[in-house]
Amino acid sequence: MNAFWIILTGTLVAICGGLLGAFLLLRKMSMVGDAISHAVLPGIVIAYLLSGSREVLPMLVGAAAFGVFATVVIEALYRKARLQSDAAIGITFTGLFALGIVLISLFAGQVDLDLDCVLFGEIAYVPIDVWITPGGINMGPRAVWVTGGLLVLVLAMIGIGYKGLLLTTFNPEHAASIGISVAFWHYLLMSAVSVTTVVSFESVGAILVVAFLIVPPATAYLLTNKLKPMLALTVLFGLGAAVGGYYLASWIDGSIAGAMSVVAGVFFTAALVAKHKR
Amino acid sequence: MTPIIETHNLTVSYNRRPVLWDVDFSLPEGRLIGIIGPNGSGKTTLLKSIMGLVQPDSGYVKLFGQSLDEVRTRISYVPQRESVDWDFPVSVREVVEMGRYRRANLLRRLSSADRDIAADALHKVGLQDFAKRQISQLSGGQQQRVFIARALAQQADLYLMDEPFAGVDAASEQAILQLLTEMKAASKTVLIVHHDLQTVRQFFDWIVLLNTHLVASGPVESAFTEDHLRQAYGGQLTILSKVADLVKERHFPVREKPYKDRP
Amino acid sequence: MSSFFSFSDPNVQMVTLGVMLLGAGAAIVGCFTFVRKRALVGDAIAHAVLPGICLSFMITGQKHPLWLLAGAVVTGWLSLLFMDYITHRTKLKADAAIGAVLSLFFGLGILLLTAIQHSGSAQQAGLDKFLFGKAASLTQQDVIVFGLTTLLVLLVVFTFFKSFKLLAFDRDFAHAIGLPVRLLEFVLSTITVLSVATGIQAVGVVLMAALLITPAAAARFWTDSMQRMTGLAAGFGIVAGFFGAFVSYTAPSMPTGPWIVLLLSAIAVISVLLAPRRGILARWLLQAENSRKMLAENILKSFFSLSAKKEAISEADILEARPFSVTGLGRGLRRLQRRGLVQQSAPRTWQLTETGQIESRRVVRLHRLWELYLSHKLGLPADHVHNSAEAMEHLLTPEVEQHLLEELEYPVLDPHDSAIPYDIKTDAP
Repeated sequence: MNAFWIILTGTLVAICGGLLGAFLLLRKMSMVGDAISHAVLPGIVIAYLLSGSREVLPMLVGAAAFGVFATVVIEALYRKARLQSDAAIGITFTGLFALGIVLISLFAGQVDLDLDCVLFGEIAYVPIDVWITPGGINMGPRAVWVTGGLLVLVLAMIGIGYKGLLLTTFNPEHAASIGISVAFWHYLLMSAVSVTTVVSFESVGAILVVAFLIVPPATAYLLTNKLKPMLALTVLFGLGAAVGGYYLASWIDGSIAGAMSVVAGVFFTAALVAKHKR
Repeated sequence: MTPIIETHNLTVSYNRRPVLWDVDFSLPEGRLIGIIGPNGSGKTTLLKSIMGLVQPDSGYVKLFGQSLDEVRTRISYVPQRESVDWDFPVSVREVVEMGRYRRANLLRRLSSADRDIAADALHKVGLQDFAKRQISQLSGGQQQRVFIARALAQQADLYLMDEPFAGVDAASEQAILQLLTEMKAASKTVLIVHHDLQTVRQFFDWIVLLNTHLVASGPVESAFTEDHLRQAYGGQLTILSKVADLVKERHFPVREKPYKDRP
Repeated sequence: MSSFFSFSDPNVQMVTLGVMLLGAGAAIVGCFTFVRKRALVGDAIAHAVLPGICLSFMITGQKHPLWLLAGAVVTGWLSLLFMDYITHRTKLKADAAIGAVLSLFFGLGILLLTAIQHSGSAQQAGLDKFLFGKAASLTQQDVIVFGLTTLLVLLVVFTFFKSFKLLAFDRDFAHAIGLPVRLLEFVLSTITVLSVATGIQAVGVVLMAALLITPAAAARFWTDSMQRMTGLAAGFGIVAGFFGAFVSYTAPSMPTGPWIVLLLSAIAVISVLLAPRRGILARWLLQAENSRKMLAENILKSFFSLSAKKEAISEADILEARPFSVTGLGRGLRRLQRRGLVQQSAPRTWQLTETGQIESRRVVRLHRLWELYLSHKLGLPADHVHNSAEAMEHLLTPEVEQHLLEELEYPVLDPHDSAIPYDIKTDAP
């Protein structure tokens, strides 16, 4: 049963990350996703310090705030300070991530977070942290409910906003010419990435989220040239990475999150080889 | 008759350096209009400021005698082909159907009427057999025709096209030209950024000649003259480009108060 | 803390020196990473050395710095080749290639690292310092190996500085004049991987990108010269290294890397805000100066038109002629007074001094010249030229004025048939 909950959580995280990551990839903003996943850390720690617990809501607010803040800083460095975009991204996320780590080590006594958790999460503990209703009913692991809820939100956003995302991603100038706010869809996507990062944070850590944001969509992108099949394949590879990663990790007794990204990377490499042969 | 496009004292900067100075003209309806000028003369910037994609430092544009937001659905903008990633995973039909997207129907499915209009537009550019192809599997000229089909699907009255003839094979050029003639016959107005002087007389009946400022705007016969061409292509005005440098370097405003001369 | 600053412990001296050297090396190599717009590639390489270090430990069973360095260089180079292959041979763009390679290698590194930790090998303790850095845990042997490597890197940079600069600036031109571009790129990539592999001793793999990029980006704000930029970045790197050693010795439980990166970020923020010319503050000051200049010159223009009727002009007259704010007018008049352009003849009543008259004529002349230029050379109608001239009259330099005069052949009247005021001293038609 434990294996089931862990794999389910991994799958939910992988699907949320992958679906949003597909749009990041098509916008050539994969590394902005990477930057956001690092930059939310101080938000999480500050929310932790203020609320004194691992309540989901304050963490979401704190993380989303810092995620959007990071994109604003990157924009400002690029436009106002005229710094080239790769350096703007690099400076912003390393600075904010360093701030998060320093906060964690300064307040080690008050924050129940450690550096291992930041790096590769605690997905192995998912089955232990169960949600028990005030009536005393065991509802199963909390993380499954939270990531499940997130998946519903992400699916709703992509389902309802599909055309808006497609249009502003494919040709922002055309979108703007018919009066659609490119900035609105940009920040909607960035907020969704921030929220996904923080929800995934406990399971796979701040850094390996990026494996789910980038690798499954990149694999799918290699194999198809239609958007909807690309999204479907992304989901499939995310699922495969979660299942395969779990068993790889238990086989060599290592980090589950690390193993999940390795398996995602194996799919990616296989897709490259398949493409190369053809 | 109200002119279809009117610009008033339009001054626009790119990267804080003015690239268009006080451009003032009116264009009549139902013409094929070429925007002509050397590289860096502000042709694309002019098109983008008409479409509201860049903010002018001063001046304003009126379309159909109204502001852009009131008439947006009557205008279609065709950006340069390089403005999109042609590896993007969409099919030809999906791109053309984007021409039917509106603010109003953005969150709903396209109606079957919309799909028919898009299919019809694709037929008009002669690419109906390519509907299911992914867009990278087309030649440059075919890609340009996909863009034009998307614009046709918008069923606008005014079309703004940025270099639709750039890098296009002879067959596509003929096809596009044929479409333009039909559009003119249907009394549509088409404004085209163009860089090939050889074809100006053949393609257009009105031109706007630019060289960071307006050199001439008028019917081809009277505006496309040796004298005007020398003004447009004989190098930029030294003082004007020096002052543009100063504006950028000193972070100086182009107007004392922004938008002072708005209506 | 006192034991750190006294440097009485030779080990402290050596480690501190070593870490400063690593910081300088990474910052100098980082300048080329920066100008080649490969900041994020550097990030991916940094993450990719982790599996190399772990594999090296698993194979040799020990933490000898040479073996760890070798492992790091191998996987670091592999990640580079992988990224190159993806961007050149598939439709994936650079950012996705970087992200995919980064997460694949780092995931593998984490997997191996945790597997080593769980295996409970006695030697494994301390491998996790490669994640966030721990300067104080460097052994003498470490400092020797990594210090020498950094010296080698610096030697290569100084030898090939000009070629690298040309390569980064214009690869095609470098190729055209016969430089061995491929070889240079190989050397540059190798020293990048080497300085990443040594730099992680101080900051760890996760934040290594900052040690490469942030000093370079900060230095860029202060200078346009590649030499000076490299020197400045090296200075920032040295300061960062020193600070890292300090933190590491005074707070042994803290990881060093994040503190170093915070310091570097602070340097970057200061540079973005305060650097002369490119900094944001400098730009604000320039814009504020522009507004003050416009205000003062606009007051002078009001004097010019009002002086036609009378000499002493009251503040009420000026406010009637042009809608200044009362405080703005006061500020502008005081400024003009300080510069000796106006003098107070009675309370709230002013008149132009002689230089003030010359200056007011200059502004009006520039206004009218620009109007004439727009109407003659750009063919604008006379009623369209005023607004542009209102702003440009404050910007035009004496040099541009001279050009205008020559090109317009010392005109007498502006497009509205007003006389263009000349000074006998400056310009004689």
